[in-house]
Amino acid sequence: MTIKYTKDHEWVRVEGDVGTVGVSDHAQHQLGDVVFVELPEVGRQLAQGKEAAVVESVKAASDVFAPVSGEVIEANADLENDPSLVNAGAETTGWFFKLRLSNPSELDGLMGEAAYKAFVEGQA
Amino acid sequence: MTEASETLKTTPLHSLHLELKGKMVPFAGYDMPVQYPLGILKEHQHTRAKAGLFDVSHMGQVRLTGEDPAAALESLVPGDIKGLARGRMRYTLFLNEQGGILDDLMVTNAGDHLFLVVNAARKDHDVAHMRERLKGKAEVELLDDLALMALQGPEAAAVLGRFIPEAATMKFMSYLPATFNGIPVIITRSGYTGEDGYEISCDKSDAETIARALLAEDEVEAIGLGARDSLRLEAGLCLYGHDIDETTTPVEAGLEWALSKRRREEGGFPGYAIIKDQLANGAPRRRVGLQPEGRQPAREHTDVCDADGHKIGEVTSGGFGPTASAPVAMGYVDRAHAAVGTPVQLMVRGKPLAAKVAAMPFVPQRYYRG
Repeated sequence: MTIKYTKDHEWVRVEGDVGTVGVSDHAQHQLGDVVFVELPEVGRQLAQGKEAAVVESVKAASDVFAPVSGEVIEANADLENDPSLVNAGAETTGWFFKLRLSNPSELDGLMGEAAYKAFVEGQA
Repeated sequence: MTEASETLKTTPLHSLHLELKGKMVPFAGYDMPVQYPLGILKEHQHTRAKAGLFDVSHMGQVRLTGEDPAAALESLVPGDIKGLARGRMRYTLFLNEQGGILDDLMVTNAGDHLFLVVNAARKDHDVAHMRERLKGKAEVELLDDLALMALQGPEAAAVLGRFIPEAATMKFMSYLPATFNGIPVIITRSGYTGEDGYEISCDKSDAETIARALLAEDEVEAIGLGARDSLRLEAGLCLYGHDIDETTTPVEAGLEWALSKRRREEGGFPGYAIIKDQLANGAPRRRVGLQPEGRQPAREHTDVCDADGHKIGEVTSGGFGPTASAPVAMGYVDRAHAAVGTPVQLMVRGKPLAAKVAAMPFVPQRYYRG
C-alpha cells in the first residue's frame, strides 16, 4: 500500500487498482472548520488534476482535484452528516472518495510522504 | 501570504495578534487576524456563549466640531442627528445624489462634538467628503491616535462591569466616557454581532494594556475577522462594499428604520427625491435573507433565480452560520420575489440549490434593553 500526495494537497492511498482520495492534514489546517463537502457521483470519470470535489469552510469554498485519473466507485457518505470528519481525520476517516485507477503510471509523478513533508515545509 | 505585508498598515494590537498566533490577512489595507488557533467556528460560538474581544482599530474614528455639527451632518445623512440626545448614538448612512450609500456609520452626540465611527475602507473617502461638503460649517478630525476594540457576547456586561461598574447598566446605543484601570476610555454599548456588547475607544498606546486585561478574564477569547463576518451575517447586518454600496439605496437595502420620521418628511439629504419615491411606491429590488435547503452554502455573487430559472438577483453575503447550524445568505431580489417564504434557486457551481426567502436576523438579536 502506497500513499502519494499532490502539490494541491490531495492524497491518494492505493490498494490494488483502487485509490482512496482525500485532502492532507496540512490542507485541513489551512482550510479551518469544514462545514460542507461536495463529492463526485459514483460512476463519474475523473481526469488527473481536474476538479473532483469541493470542500467548504465557514469562510470559503475550495476545489479538490483528482490526484490520478479513474472512475469513482464510492463516495464517503459519512461526510454528508459530519463534514468535520475532514478536520478530525483528514488522512483517515475524512477520506472523500474511492476510484478505480485508469492510469496507475500517473502515481509516479506524485510525491511520497517524505517529499510532501519537505514540500509543505518549503511553502511555509 | 507575505507579498503585500510591507505596504499594509498595522493596528496598535498587531504584536499581540502575532503573539496570540492570529492568522494574518490583508483587510482594508491593514494586516489583520482572520482567526486565532481556536478557529472561526469556535470563535463564533464562543462569542454567542460568553464574550469575544475584537480589534477594530482599523475603523475610522472621527470628531466633528463647529457651530452646529448635527445640522451640518444632516445635509449628508438621512438620520435624525439634531434629535440625538447627549450621550446617545445612532446608525446612519452617507448618501450620494442618487440615494446610493457611500458608507454606513455610527454617530454619537458627545456633547461638545459628534463622534463618528466609519468603515476602515471608507474612512479616507468619508473624511474628504465631509471636509468638502461641510466646509465652513464643521471641522472634521480623523482621530488616528485612537484604537478601537469590541467586547461582544452575553457575558460582556459582567466582564466590563468588573473594570467599569457603570458599564453594566448603560443603555443600548449609549456613550460613556470612563476609566479602565485608571486609563481614560470612551465606551459605547453597541456592536456588530447581534449580541449585547461594547466598543471601547482609547489612546493607541493604552490599547494593548486594556486588551490583555480583558483577555485575562475567563469568559473572554480573542476573535478574528472571520467570526466577525459570520456573526454579523447571522444577525442580518450589512457589510459595506458587499451588501450595500453606491448603487443600493436605503430602501432597497431594507434600512428604512435608519430614515428618521422627521427627515422623511423634511428631506434635505442627498437623493431625497428618489428615496421619497421608493418609500411611497416601493423599490425595484430588495435586500432579503436567503435560506438554502440542506447544508451547502451559497457564497457572494451567486445568482438567484426564480422557479423557472430566470435570474432575479444575486447573493451579496453568504456562508455557513455556526449558531444557525445551517447555511445562511443575504442578497438582492426583484421586488416581486421578495416576500418571506418565496421559493428561489441559487446557482452554485452551475447547479440549482433550492432556497427560500427568509426573515432576518437568522439568529435573534440579544441587545441589552435594560
